[in-house]
Amino acid sequence: MITIQKYIRPQTLEEAYQLNQSKRSRIVAGMLWTRLGTGSVGTAIDLWDLGLDTIEETDEAFTIGAMVTLRQLEQHPGLNAYTQGAMKNALQDIVGVQFRNMATAGGSIWGRYGFSDVLTLFLAMDTYVELYRGGMVPLEEFARRKADRDILVRLIVKKTPGHFVYTAMRNQRTDLPVLTCAMARVGEEYRACLGARPARAVRYRDDRGLLADGITTESAAAFAQYLADIVPTESNLRGSAQYRTHLIRVLAERALGELGGMEHGN
Amino acid sequence: MEIKLKLNGKAVTASIEPDTILLDFVRDHGCLSVKRGCDTANCGLCTVLMDGMPVLSCSMLAARADGHSIQTLEGLQEEAEDFVGFIADQGADQCGFCNPGFVMNTIALLRENPDPTNDEIRAFLAGNLCRCSGYDGQLRGIRNYLNSRKK
Repeated sequence: MITIQKYIRPQTLEEAYQLNQSKRSRIVAGMLWTRLGTGSVGTAIDLWDLGLDTIEETDEAFTIGAMVTLRQLEQHPGLNAYTQGAMKNALQDIVGVQFRNMATAGGSIWGRYGFSDVLTLFLAMDTYVELYRGGMVPLEEFARRKADRDILVRLIVKKTPGHFVYTAMRNQRTDLPVLTCAMARVGEEYRACLGARPARAVRYRDDRGLLADGITTESAAAFAQYLADIVPTESNLRGSAQYRTHLIRVLAERALGELGGMEHGN
Repeated sequence: MEIKLKLNGKAVTASIEPDTILLDFVRDHGCLSVKRGCDTANCGLCTVLMDGMPVLSCSMLAARADGHSIQTLEGLQEEAEDFVGFIADQGADQCGFCNPGFVMNTIALLRENPDPTNDEIRAFLAGNLCRCSGYDGQLRGIRNYLNSRKK
């Protein structure tokens, strides 16, 4: 269990940033993962008072504060309308309502956890991370970076027209996923985001043009097989690499079938 | 450090360590219905309402409750009374250890959705684990309680 020497709720982002430059400081978000850690934290920096707990929607984008909870995301009518319900599908099996009332969007994305349903779905959208010092960074790039001492302030999701499907495999509902899969067509681009491999989620495109003529039974099978061939997987206690590779093909093909149905108005 | 909060409607001022967990804080203040179960934010036994919203007190710093309202089953006995009788009628409380958290989350469910379907009940209570009952008794108890309210 961690121990904390000092707890501070900064009143400005600059104050939070300065406090966070010490290696003994740590930003606390939902506290759910942090709580399970070990060691000593000099200063726990709680962003609770900075007004980062709202979702703003305009015609162009969603602006999601770092302290917005997963439950807020799950219940947001605009996000669910934009993603055709994929937002709720991605979040509803994360432990329980109480947990999702605490876990935050910022904490989930900042942690870049391998098992993250949140990272997998947000990668499928045109998502940007607003860092206090680092400015706006595409989530795809941010997800590859190592953690530093900056602060994630907001997520920006551009409302590029698209269709989204989210699916995941769990050994038991509310457990961590064995594999996560978000399939999307955003603008003219098909995207497959795969996480819990068990490494963090990555985004793949249809580089070979397998879906260039649209989603059919044959093209979906070909793209799913392509993903199974190229996406790296590893083993852990939830499943073997071989099983995960098999799941990639199955979940991707199912998700593409659903995506194809959306494109044809079904 | 000093915190001020409302615990079951009463103003409380207390001196705490920065890493005091809310679960320990409420138990130290006499709210023994709040149980320590998994201690890893998975089982729902430690559920309390913070500003009316169910949260896991095992994973929340007491410092974060500063300036907020915390409710435990001790403060919600009247609201829980009818419903708990229906659970008992089904024998669904069995060992009883999970029951306070389960009741707290059911209260939160019914405040948010007064007439849930069975699937909505299952989904909302998915974060409350029970090693005795298999969950069917709780579901029957809630359903019977809801049906009784419609009569």
